[in-house]
Amino acid sequence: MLHRREFVKQLLVERGDLLVICGLGSPTYDVAAASDGAPNFYLWGAMGSASMVGLGLALARPDRRVAVFTGDGEMLMGLGSLATIGVKQPSNLAIVVLDNQHYGETGMQPSHTHSGISLVDVALGCCFKQARSFGEAAETPLAREMLYSRPGPLFIHAHVSTQELKQVLPERDGVILVRNFTERLRASTKQS
Amino acid sequence: MSLLERSTLDWPDVIYSNFRRAGIRQVGYVPDAGLSRLIQLCQSDPEIADVVLTTEEEGIGLVAGAALGGQRSALLMQSSGVGNCINMFSLVKQCRLPCLIFVTMRGEYAEFNPWQVSMGSITDACLRLCGFLVYRIEKAEDVDDVVPAACDISFDSNQPVAVILSQRLIGRKRWNN
Repeated sequence: MLHRREFVKQLLVERGDLLVICGLGSPTYDVAAASDGAPNFYLWGAMGSASMVGLGLALARPDRRVAVFTGDGEMLMGLGSLATIGVKQPSNLAIVVLDNQHYGETGMQPSHTHSGISLVDVALGCCFKQARSFGEAAETPLAREMLYSRPGPLFIHAHVSTQELKQVLPERDGVILVRNFTERLRASTKQS
Repeated sequence: MSLLERSTLDWPDVIYSNFRRAGIRQVGYVPDAGLSRLIQLCQSDPEIADVVLTTEEEGIGLVAGAALGGQRSALLMQSSGVGNCINMFSLVKQCRLPCLIFVTMRGEYAEFNPWQVSMGSITDACLRLCGFLVYRIEKAEDVDDVVPAACDISFDSNQPVAVILSQRLIGRKRWNN
């Protein structure tokens, strides 16, 4: 079982020009804790849309790698988007699901993955180039290698513990979030 | 051929030429018979990424992602699909992003299937409640006027805009029975 915040931190340290879309809830706090000043876009609602926001961004910016960080509940609500991504085969898109098998924001009710529903099997069935689960901290370098070096679409499934962590809350205003993201994207494009 | 007949044939081509003019680079859609010609035109254009969706709500995420990456996009859906999008509309509203949707109507003029009437009769009201500017097109000769105006206000003023293509414009669905 992985420590979610540590896993995300290890994936996002020295992230280069990676662009990040974040599904609502705990993944947002994990990503904000790891690197809030980077080009991240946090969804505070529109549950189920994170992967599709990632697809739109990946199609618009084929020159950049895009990672979507989200939870099992958010991913389950947008399962169809895995099929949509599978059709388009964006080589620069990775979906990272932090799966604690529960709905953390609403009182830790078990999610479908708690009953053995396999998101990795769904992703493989949706023609992702590579999809695999990670459950040990020692495997984190392998997940990093996958995220930054392999051709997508990629599906990185992390078994994370249900341990409750401090909520690191980033900006919530959508207009400011868009402005922050686009300004940081522009600035990082100039540098590279 | 009268002007009306000719422009009736051409309305998908007129919308497509406006996609080119507006610089739209991504088009998401759930197929609908009334949209088939427009979908084909988008698919055959290498400058446009055509994205077939499993459900219309995926399109709202697509539009937001495209905008974050600096690209313009549009969505094509049947009126029933508007209902699928309602919570997702909060994304474009909260983030003040442009969102341009073309909605082909069912459940109104000469509808055969009563199941289409429930959503069709509230499509316009739902869109307005969700903050969309709604432009309805009844006649083919209005397409060339309304569509560029809808593109401009959506992208220049960052507005959610829906262009409703009435069932009368599209023509009645033919049933083989």
